[in-house]
Amino acid sequence: MLDLTYDAPAPKVIAGATGDWELVIGLEVHAQVSSRAKLFSGASTLFGAEPNSNVAFVDAGMPGMLPVINEECVAQAVRTGLGLKAEINLVSAFDRKNYFYPDLPQGYQISQLYHPIVGEGEVLVELGNGTARVVRIERIHLEQDAGKSIHDMDPTMSFVDLNRTGVALMEIVSRPDIRGPEEAAAYVGKLRQIMKYLGTCDGNMQNGNLRADVNVSVCRPGDYEKYQETQDFSHLGTRCEIKNMNSMRFIQAAIEVEARRQIAIIEDGGAVVQETRLYDADKNETRSMRSKEEAHDYRYFPCPDLLPLEIEQAWVDDIAANLGTLPDDLKGRFISDYGLSDYDASVLTAEQENAVYFEGVVAKSGDGKLAANWVINELFGRLKKDETEITDCPISPDQLGGVVALIKAGDISGKIAKDLFEIVYTEGGDPAEIVEARGMKQVTDTAAIEAEVDKVIAENPAQVEKAKENPKLAGWFVGQVMKATGGKANPAAVNQIIAKKLGG
Amino acid sequence: MTELSKLKIAEARDKLRAKEITSAELTEACLAEVEGSATLNAFVHNTPEIAREQAKFADERIAMGMSPDLCGIPLGIKDLFCTKGVASQAASGILEGFKPEYESTVTTQLFRDGAVMLGKLNMDEFAMGSSNETSVYGDAVNPWQDGGRKLTPGGSSGGSAAAVAADLCLGATGTDTGGSIRQPAAFTGITGIKPTYGRVSRWGVVAFASSLDQAGPMTKDVRDAAIMLTSMSGHDPKDSTSADIPVPNFEAALTGDIKGKKIGIPREYRMDGMPDEIEKLWSQGQEMMRDAGAEIVDISLPHTKYALPAYYVIAPAEASSNLARYDGVRFGHRASLAEGDGITEMYEKTRAEGFGPEVQRRVMVGTYVLSAGFYDAYYNRARRVRALIKRDFDEVFATGVDAILTPATPSAAFGLGEMKDADPIQMYLNDVFTVTVNLAGLPGISIPTGFDSKGLPLGLQLIGRPWEEGDLLNCAYSLERAAQFVGKPEKWW
Repeated sequence: MLDLTYDAPAPKVIAGATGDWELVIGLEVHAQVSSRAKLFSGASTLFGAEPNSNVAFVDAGMPGMLPVINEECVAQAVRTGLGLKAEINLVSAFDRKNYFYPDLPQGYQISQLYHPIVGEGEVLVELGNGTARVVRIERIHLEQDAGKSIHDMDPTMSFVDLNRTGVALMEIVSRPDIRGPEEAAAYVGKLRQIMKYLGTCDGNMQNGNLRADVNVSVCRPGDYEKYQETQDFSHLGTRCEIKNMNSMRFIQAAIEVEARRQIAIIEDGGAVVQETRLYDADKNETRSMRSKEEAHDYRYFPCPDLLPLEIEQAWVDDIAANLGTLPDDLKGRFISDYGLSDYDASVLTAEQENAVYFEGVVAKSGDGKLAANWVINELFGRLKKDETEITDCPISPDQLGGVVALIKAGDISGKIAKDLFEIVYTEGGDPAEIVEARGMKQVTDTAAIEAEVDKVIAENPAQVEKAKENPKLAGWFVGQVMKATGGKANPAAVNQIIAKKLGG
Repeated sequence: MTELSKLKIAEARDKLRAKEITSAELTEACLAEVEGSATLNAFVHNTPEIAREQAKFADERIAMGMSPDLCGIPLGIKDLFCTKGVASQAASGILEGFKPEYESTVTTQLFRDGAVMLGKLNMDEFAMGSSNETSVYGDAVNPWQDGGRKLTPGGSSGGSAAAVAADLCLGATGTDTGGSIRQPAAFTGITGIKPTYGRVSRWGVVAFASSLDQAGPMTKDVRDAAIMLTSMSGHDPKDSTSADIPVPNFEAALTGDIKGKKIGIPREYRMDGMPDEIEKLWSQGQEMMRDAGAEIVDISLPHTKYALPAYYVIAPAEASSNLARYDGVRFGHRASLAEGDGITEMYEKTRAEGFGPEVQRRVMVGTYVLSAGFYDAYYNRARRVRALIKRDFDEVFATGVDAILTPATPSAAFGLGEMKDADPIQMYLNDVFTVTVNLAGLPGISIPTGFDSKGLPLGLQLIGRPWEEGDLLNCAYSLERAAQFVGKPEKWW
């Protein structure tokens, strides 16, 4: 395995009226657990069902109903923890977070405040140009999602859809190790990538299956380093939490605008008030969510309906043994096994489907580098043009591997290969058979090429004279020969023969 | 005919199996008693149609020779149990009109074993009370009287106690969070057992304080309690706190032989100002058990004095959270709103109208003790006290003590309305002997063993080792046989 080493990136700096400011960011990412049933009920988690159709009695908070933990959700949290190289707590416990809202039928959310299932871990977030940030994970806990309140369907009434109520969420809490808006987005992207590889969260931000609360504060250059040395938060500024962001773009914009708001307050001689804020994308501003009088006291206490959650080390080991490959490991392997660049390996491992496809092409063609070029440049370009996903790709890894194999064998030129790719992409079929049937095979017979060269030289004496004075013009002859052979002549052979004839 | 309702469960079972009576006859007799007992206000929702249908089915099972112990036995069900399609209101206005779409595990098991449901029984609102005076249905009345003075049947399972004592039914379900089975049993001269926490499923029982609530039977004697408890018990995957421990046939444990058993007498239960007659009752109980061959030992449960305050922190804390779901959004009562009222007004008005004063008091106390800044001082400290109380019992049982004998209540039944103006803490003192058992999750049984000077029943409590309800019932059975409690209230209602 290749050991990937990176430099830490420079923190984002904002120039204020009184000097430079740095950003300090921590995220709480809420990831919906991929599971068929909810965290404490057997009701379905299927998205897009009729309102209030996926609701068990316990989800609706009916009297006397009790929660029972869904083992699959626990396994998914453990998988995620292992994927983030985190400590798995064999004993965890559930607590109630109490507040009133119509889409919270029990009047409390069951969460894990005091004893989360996953403890400390870390994530490597690559940021390009050989830089990456190591973001420490503080904890991951399991909790219930709330339902959906709909206030805009009727002028006098509100509606509630409980389908989402009780669906399992993992709250992934980072340390304040993120130093800029791009890093924050890249961190969320990395978590999303890891969870998609693990199959623990589908990462669909549009459906709200992955959302983030972002904690932002600003400090002077040098203060963050003092915090790092001492872990003493007093070196950092007062933070504000921007709630419920479900787009990478908004996360970045919100951090930027919130940091600037805080800087303006401080530079005006004011103080930042620790509070929860909402980001308004239309106005590109954050605003306070609730006034102090309404500040919630969640009255957390251990949920008496659930015993502490005890899991066996052997069960965790079994999950670990069947975890599958993680993106960082796969990327490292692509670099070491196939000699790919960091960039190419990143592109190919960004989505697991891409990596699987690429390895199929390698398996058929036997050339990792060539396969990478074809997958990244030709295939991805074509898919993008067609607005098609790799999962709906009309050309199979075996077919593309066949094209690459023909190039590697010298049977076809790169130019012919592009034509062949287009034929296989649109019409299908076996690349080798198509090449054979349509006479696309490259001419490598030097005698045949020499004949063509001789013919071109004989027909263009004036050009020959010019070329002898200026060898760069040899390319013109190459072009003529390729044209005459319909592009099938081996370009290397043509070059060589022309150089010899003209120079000789 | 009406004499049939006076039968005990075991007697009726034997007569049913011998075809001397039918469940239909037995059920009609009970229904007639229920009909004529309006002044007791024990039954609050009668279900004669269901009862007759279940009796008919039970008679068919008996005819086929397939009759579990409870087959054809008419019971009353505390209003706290959710019964499918039947009003289940926890005696609260906030659950006005609530008819669940599901059947509690306890009633499902009772019906599986052939029991007949006569109706739902009165109780304190959300099981919060010791006198059945907080019910939205009004007070339940003790069939025992002190002259013309109307007495409380105790609470919270006051309707259950009154119904069994008055022979309206053969047995009833109760629930016990701090003494709600044992105290009313003692006040009405019947038997009531709260099993080990986790023995009986809480699924479908409206929650008061989840870590303390346990359902149990209230019956005319120990044998009947054993029969009913066997049916009610068992692991339920729908209740995560239900224990996966096999349920023995508790009736088979009733040998009456307690020779060599070690019975502990906790010195901390000898309270200042305890009435002489309670003291005397307790001493007599010790003598009876000694005479039966048990060894009586002095024991210490040093943290007993902190039990009541700890209980009145933990139970309201859990209740404040458990009762948050009664918000007028999905079921039960919803206040009519004024123009411009929003969701906050809906919550406030609905809960102010739907909950009675005692429930409101406990929700307020519970909210307070869980609030930021007070959590450690109250809730966490109470949890630590709870752990110490449990340790007290563990240590006593570790010395070989088999059961602990205490009074069940500090007095006989008091008059309805007499505590109306008293400090609520005076009412809470009713639980002084019983709450420790809930805090420690142990089984406890109350059986009638004597009378006070006015001829009102008094009970003693036996506390057992966890999961040893069979042994506990046998100790109680021995005491019951020695005490020869045969009193019945004279019918006046």
